[in-house]
Amino acid sequence: MTDAGVRLLAAALAIGLGAIGPGLGIGMLGAKAMEALGRNPEAEPAIRGNLILAIAFAEAIAIYALVVALIIKFVA
Amino acid sequence: MGRTLLIVVVVLVMLVAGALIAPVRLPHIQLAAETVGHLGGIPITNTMIAGWISTLVVLAIFWLGTSNQALVPRGMQNFAEYITEFVLGLCESVAGIARGRQFFPLVATIFLFVITSNWMGLLPGYNTIVVRERVAATEATAGNAAAKPEATKPEAAKPEGTAASPKGEIEEIPLIRAASTDLNTTLAIALTSVIATQIFGLRALGGGYVSKFINFKGPIDFYVGLLELIAEVAKIISFTFRLFGNVFAGEVLLAVITFLVPWGAAIPFYGLELFVGFIQAFVFAILTLVFMTLATTAHEHGDAAHAHEAPHH
Repeated sequence: MTDAGVRLLAAALAIGLGAIGPGLGIGMLGAKAMEALGRNPEAEPAIRGNLILAIAFAEAIAIYALVVALIIKFVA
Repeated sequence: MGRTLLIVVVVLVMLVAGALIAPVRLPHIQLAAETVGHLGGIPITNTMIAGWISTLVVLAIFWLGTSNQALVPRGMQNFAEYITEFVLGLCESVAGIARGRQFFPLVATIFLFVITSNWMGLLPGYNTIVVRERVAATEATAGNAAAKPEATKPEAAKPEGTAASPKGEIEEIPLIRAASTDLNTTLAIALTSVIATQIFGLRALGGGYVSKFINFKGPIDFYVGLLELIAEVAKIISFTFRLFGNVFAGEVLLAVITFLVPWGAAIPFYGLELFVGFIQAFVFAILTLVFMTLATTAHEHGDAAHAHEAPHH
């Protein structure tokens, strides 16, 4: 395998594997938020604000993977 | 059943007709912003121009909205008041009335600039108006450097890109490109946000704020302080790359969809990008707000600052 090929594979693996965890996390957050909405529809603004915040924190992990992938692809 | 068949046929016809009549080439995807000109020795990139345009649009909306103020708002004034009240309500509900009003100018500025530049990046003209320039050797920036040594298949990846073009050829550079597709733009906003957070924290808590980071009460407190310091740096990184990654990926997505199905298929994705543009602006603003709220809240119990401590509505 060539050097550039290994680099492409590494970048793809970095973001691909790195997206699994945040994907699961965001899915769980969404499911729980829907559940909470079903229990208490009046709390919708509070749930939405906190949901977006929590999703942003989960998403940050995927962003670190994206950074690593971009570094592998373009810099290293 | 008949309608489904009709839709499938129409889509297939558009696919084929679009590909035959108006083929769209896969645009050259470049990470770094391209330089389109120089102003007194300072290189002007296409993302900078887009940033200036977004700034002017925000200024124009609020200038129109605040000149000729009426007691009963109409038109532009109504719009400006609606946006302002939306962001102000957000600030006050998260940070409380007094602190919310203190944080409001920065949070609102971030929100308005980011949402305007995200949405304006979807306008026709962005990425499609090009300037032709002679390629200098330095133009092959980081985006192409990786692909260059392997000259085996540049055609497949970049049909028309700069990677294959020899020195001295004419290159097409987009004149304007959405401001958030440049890491420098998002890094600037992230730094503004995080540094302002430190200033607000210092002003509100004084020495108590410093002791959150540098703490000799015990080994665990010292270690937690170190972690807090790292968390501040991680904030900058995640702010920067969240906005950049979402907007840049959206741009690439639209380009690829347009390449695959030239006619019509990109429209739903434009809707998606409108949504993403709003959500990213909202997330940037609300995270800034929450971090500022956390930084100005004194903790006695020595717990690390986390989102569950954010005051609720």
